[in-house]
Amino acid sequence: MTAPERTPPPTAGPTTSGRSDRSGWNWLLIIPVALPLLPFIYNSDEPRLFGFPLFYWLQLAFIGVGVAATSVVYLMTKKKGGES
Amino acid sequence: MKTQWTELIVFALLFVGVSAIGFVASRWRRPGTMEHLDEWGLGGRNFGGWITWFLIGGDLYTAYTFVAVPALVFGAGALGFYAVPYTIVVYPMLFLVLIRLWSVSHRHGFVTPADFVRARFGSPILALLVAITGIVATMPYIALQLVGIESVLKSMGVTWDLKLGGVTLNLPIIIAFAILAAYTYQSGLRAPALIAFVKDTLIYVVIFAAILIIPSQIGGWGAIFDKAQVVFEGTKSPADGLLLNANNQLQYVTLAFGSALALFLYPHSVTGLLASKNRGVIKRNMSALPAYSLLLGLIALLGLMALAAGTKPIGTDKNTIVPQLFDSMFPDWFTGVAFAAIGIGALVPAAIMSIAAANLFTRNIYKEYIRKDASPKQEASVSKIVSLVVKFGAVLCILLLDPQFSIDLQLIGGVIILQTLPSVGLGLYTRWFHKGGLVAGWIAGMGLGMWMLWLIGNPVTGKQHFAGSAFPLEKWGLDTKMTIYVGLVAVVVNLGVAALVTLVLRVGKVADGVDATRPDDYFADEGDEKKPEEDEKTVVETVSST
Repeated sequence: MTAPERTPPPTAGPTTSGRSDRSGWNWLLIIPVALPLLPFIYNSDEPRLFGFPLFYWLQLAFIGVGVAATSVVYLMTKKKGGES
Repeated sequence: MKTQWTELIVFALLFVGVSAIGFVASRWRRPGTMEHLDEWGLGGRNFGGWITWFLIGGDLYTAYTFVAVPALVFGAGALGFYAVPYTIVVYPMLFLVLIRLWSVSHRHGFVTPADFVRARFGSPILALLVAITGIVATMPYIALQLVGIESVLKSMGVTWDLKLGGVTLNLPIIIAFAILAAYTYQSGLRAPALIAFVKDTLIYVVIFAAILIIPSQIGGWGAIFDKAQVVFEGTKSPADGLLLNANNQLQYVTLAFGSALALFLYPHSVTGLLASKNRGVIKRNMSALPAYSLLLGLIALLGLMALAAGTKPIGTDKNTIVPQLFDSMFPDWFTGVAFAAIGIGALVPAAIMSIAAANLFTRNIYKEYIRKDASPKQEASVSKIVSLVVKFGAVLCILLLDPQFSIDLQLIGGVIILQTLPSVGLGLYTRWFHKGGLVAGWIAGMGLGMWMLWLIGNPVTGKQHFAGSAFPLEKWGLDTKMTIYVGLVAVVVNLGVAALVTLVLRVGKVADGVDATRPDDYFADEGDEKKPEEDEKTVVETVSST
């Protein structure tokens, strides 16, 4: 905080009041949190995919669900919040 | 075992190259001064998306993970795959939480999670508990990175021991850690950040090669799973298998969920996070870091490949299973590259963890209790020295104690770090808890967690205590064979006690600490005014006089 290049000019007051992370899109994040925690969905050998039992390929596929959900939430809330 | 010279030479060349990068790193994105904790300990708080991705990826997915997860799958099958749901759940779950932590830390210049607790709850005692928990949980984790290096050295036949009195010292490990300690001292967080590029590139190359080459040599993916299934059916243990059974599903889910809750409570994760330059970097990384989860999932499958290929570990050390598999499947020179990836993979997290532990000591013990008026320069130099002490301690742990002891400690570490969830995690959202309630909850969760771990034995190995984190519910008189993750039970009790004591203290009108943060601090971004030094000082003084 003492490094001169990061000390802002004294006139710049806090500008964050009224900001919020709230957005309906955030609810999407529940999907990739819930799916991997429900073993009855994937705890089975069949159907296999490329030789992988369901247990393995479906859980690896959930990674894609996680990426999709976080990406959508990031993109859809970016403009509202004014964040880059 | 014969020394594998080709492997060793490739390994040594890459290792030396990376060490050179570590020393040069102090000039990278050169700061005006290195004598400030923001520079040495957080790399200038200015890392963009790519650097953060490599840094946090290299930080969370450690060499030990890459060695131990496939070893677990090799031994138990499906249960070891928990690492995949664990690392899927963590990012969407913490997406909104971590940006709040970043913002409030940005505003107030926090370096450690305990700094936040100190300001939020106005309680040096609670902050001290959080700091000590962090240090204790991190130390064995650093020691375990040595286990990662050790497993590849063993596979290369490197056993150049130095006998000193009654103690056998493994020379290469001491040299490796001495070099690591030297460049971390000099370059701080910049060293692991720069090395992470090399480390992760090597790991990605090695794993994709393994995924392409090994299955074709042992009959394809279908055959790998089928052969592994046969092996599991041939064992006496009822707990292993290609799929989960009725008794270990609860353990699988609670372990994945509990580990996900714990991940960003570890001080070294917070260090990686706070080094990023704005909220956008963190949000984008929540989408990009799962690439490492995919990598980890594929690495976990190496355990099944080893089963199918009939790979045998060296002695009883299952952690050598992946090095042994590589050794039997790859040409020597590429095995050398793979081993270097694991060896270097140990250095990045070990460096970040020692920096994180050092920062905790400096900010929350040294500055709080030993020298209240420490200047930023003094803070930086104390941290640098403590980082050396921490690494020295980790080496001693591995050399003098049974490595199993470090593994036990790391297991305990996961359970105890989770006990900081109410103050660090929930504290980001609510100030409802009373500081006394949080301290009481911490004590309860800690006590219960340790007691449960103590009760867990393993009849197969004859180990009576600390033999895992799967607690059999029948020990509580429940008529079931199901097991549950200790950490999650302990943190639920922790929360319950914290809430109860908070209510009692509120009714009794016991004075609470003062909150030095404001609601809008949690949304601050790059470029928003930081609290001026003077302002913060006044607040802190008010707090300590309360």
